[in-house]
Amino acid sequence: MAKSKTALQNAEEKPSSDSNGLDGLDKAKLHTMLYQMLLGRRFEEKTAEAYAIGKIGGFCHLYIGQEAVTIGAFAALRPDDYVISAYREHVQALSKGVTPRAVMAELFGKADGCSGGKGGSMHLYSKEHNFMGGWGIVGGQIPLATGFGWAIKYRGEDRVCLCFMGEAAVNQGAFHESLNMAALWKLPVIFIVENNRFGMGTAWERASSLYDISQKASAYDMPSAVADGMDVMHMRSVVAEAVERARTEKTPTLIEARCYRFMGHSMSDPVHGVYRTKEEVEQHKEKDPIRRFIDQIKEVGLLTEEELQEVDARVHREVDDAAEFADAAPEPGPEALYRNVYASGDVNGRLYFDGRDRT
Amino acid sequence: MAIITYREALNQALAEEMERDENVFLMGEEVGLYNGAYKVSKGLLDRFGELRIVDTPITELGFAGLGVGAAMVGLRPVIEFMTHNFAMLAWDQVFNSAAKVYYMSEGQFNCPIVFRGPSGAAIQLSAQHSQALESTYSHFPGLKVCIPSTPADAKGLLKAAIRDNDPVVFLEGEMLYAMKGEVPDEPDFIVPLGVADVKREGTDVSIITHGKMVHTCLQAAAKMEKDGISAEIVDLRSLRPLDMEAILRSVHKTNRVIYAEEGWPYVGIGAQIVDMIQSEAFDMLDAPVGRVTQADVPMPYAKQLEKLAKPSVERIIAACDAVLYR
Repeated sequence: MAKSKTALQNAEEKPSSDSNGLDGLDKAKLHTMLYQMLLGRRFEEKTAEAYAIGKIGGFCHLYIGQEAVTIGAFAALRPDDYVISAYREHVQALSKGVTPRAVMAELFGKADGCSGGKGGSMHLYSKEHNFMGGWGIVGGQIPLATGFGWAIKYRGEDRVCLCFMGEAAVNQGAFHESLNMAALWKLPVIFIVENNRFGMGTAWERASSLYDISQKASAYDMPSAVADGMDVMHMRSVVAEAVERARTEKTPTLIEARCYRFMGHSMSDPVHGVYRTKEEVEQHKEKDPIRRFIDQIKEVGLLTEEELQEVDARVHREVDDAAEFADAAPEPGPEALYRNVYASGDVNGRLYFDGRDRT
Repeated sequence: MAIITYREALNQALAEEMERDENVFLMGEEVGLYNGAYKVSKGLLDRFGELRIVDTPITELGFAGLGVGAAMVGLRPVIEFMTHNFAMLAWDQVFNSAAKVYYMSEGQFNCPIVFRGPSGAAIQLSAQHSQALESTYSHFPGLKVCIPSTPADAKGLLKAAIRDNDPVVFLEGEMLYAMKGEVPDEPDFIVPLGVADVKREGTDVSIITHGKMVHTCLQAAAKMEKDGISAEIVDLRSLRPLDMEAILRSVHKTNRVIYAEEGWPYVGIGAQIVDMIQSEAFDMLDAPVGRVTQADVPMPYAKQLEKLAKPSVERIIAACDAVLYR
């Protein structure tokens, strides 16, 4: 065990910070979180529909089932904090403030997408929202997160960076190298491992010699915690503690968020059959994080059925609007092909070798 | 103009750019306390402190990626690889992150970073430490690549690379660090990317080359002069962007061309240049374009074998003789 491990060692034993488990959050904040979770869910359902009819191409990885991880974590953030992720990142972009229209248009490969149609599902970016992508090589985003942490330290700021990765990324060298640098140089980066149990079709216990991911932090003398990634309030409290430590003590934290993906790895992977059973998936769906959160806030009288219906209707409207917008949006024209390959493209000599700038 | 070494020229470029822009920092193995494995960063830790001259663990993928992230949010990292052989461990970050982020984000995040360090063979370092990697780097759109052959070019190009808003791969010559030459003193002296330099004027044959092969070619040209052959040497200095017009000017002048490089032949820089010459100046050629490269084998250790593997003055002269039908 890392000597600096927090009290929240096991999700199963987690304490509640107040009597109703809502950490004193006000109704407006709770409703925002509910809205973000429902938006994420409905957006991904719409994405699956659009993919099925060929509106979206390429690889497409859905987040259904894991919403509590992001929405809980983001509830502890400020808008100027950085977020970087891998390729299952639609809901993270939305929750950081990118509009459903801009995200859906990107999935549709349209010019109005948040990456101009150049990135697609795996490469969503928004500088305005400090959403740093959207990266397609497993583990490749982790060193970049240390770079944002380095810049924060270099400039003496009190921002933090959340770096999301799947549990399979933990076995990459980039993970080890980054956590070592972050701890060595005291960089304000919070590494959140979304342990959804499967790296594509390979179960975690078939891929790692050590089951408990949070224990890996001990190798870097880094604080760590296990969070229940199916419980939005628990995610928030664990991440809030890490964020506070990062802002004040400039210390990184490793958080293992135990969660479960309800869909296949990507759109080409069936929900169950090869590497997991239907029963297993159904069992986890019983712990649906959105249903759980709804029940929790209803129980203490902070959400009525009418209010829930209103939020859901609003989310449906926004998602439908996003899909209609994306459908109608223009494709990037041929003039976009060579745009933004280079920031300083007006140079001496030739930058391209396909005849484009032959004089 | 002062006469200084190639390593001092690089040191001056770093110091001047760090003085000029507080966003510039140098990060890499042994760059601080040790003053650099090749002493390029000598004295900079004392001058700029630990936040700007940063000693790293041996973790190339990690610190290269850290640099890319820092560049995405407006810093201007200079990442030193002790040699570019070790940079291969970091290539995911160079090729997949640095080279692509500006395009993938449709211009939201640019990446003003320099990846520098020695490249190419030294003496008896054998296969893993003797590699010319410029053709690999030049392959990727999104990257810029330069490779200086003299102290003045080293200083001027490094300053231009640091000021550039794109990722620049900067390939130094391990065998050139001690080489001396005249370097302009003006603080704003730069050598722009994409501008070749005629290192020797000539009329009979053009030798197009880059990096430390420039010096092997100069030796060959001096020998050929004794036989009454006037060779022109065009030092590309940047490989991407590429000063193709300078190549074509020389082709038009001599009508006979060879390309000499340190790297392997297959899909080498020369292969690309030959293709461009035949497509753009076919009618100007009096002979097929020749090439001189390293032997197509991993670099051996034994002195005699290493000598056989490396491009040499003799092979350059032989290639020139071939295009001159001598």
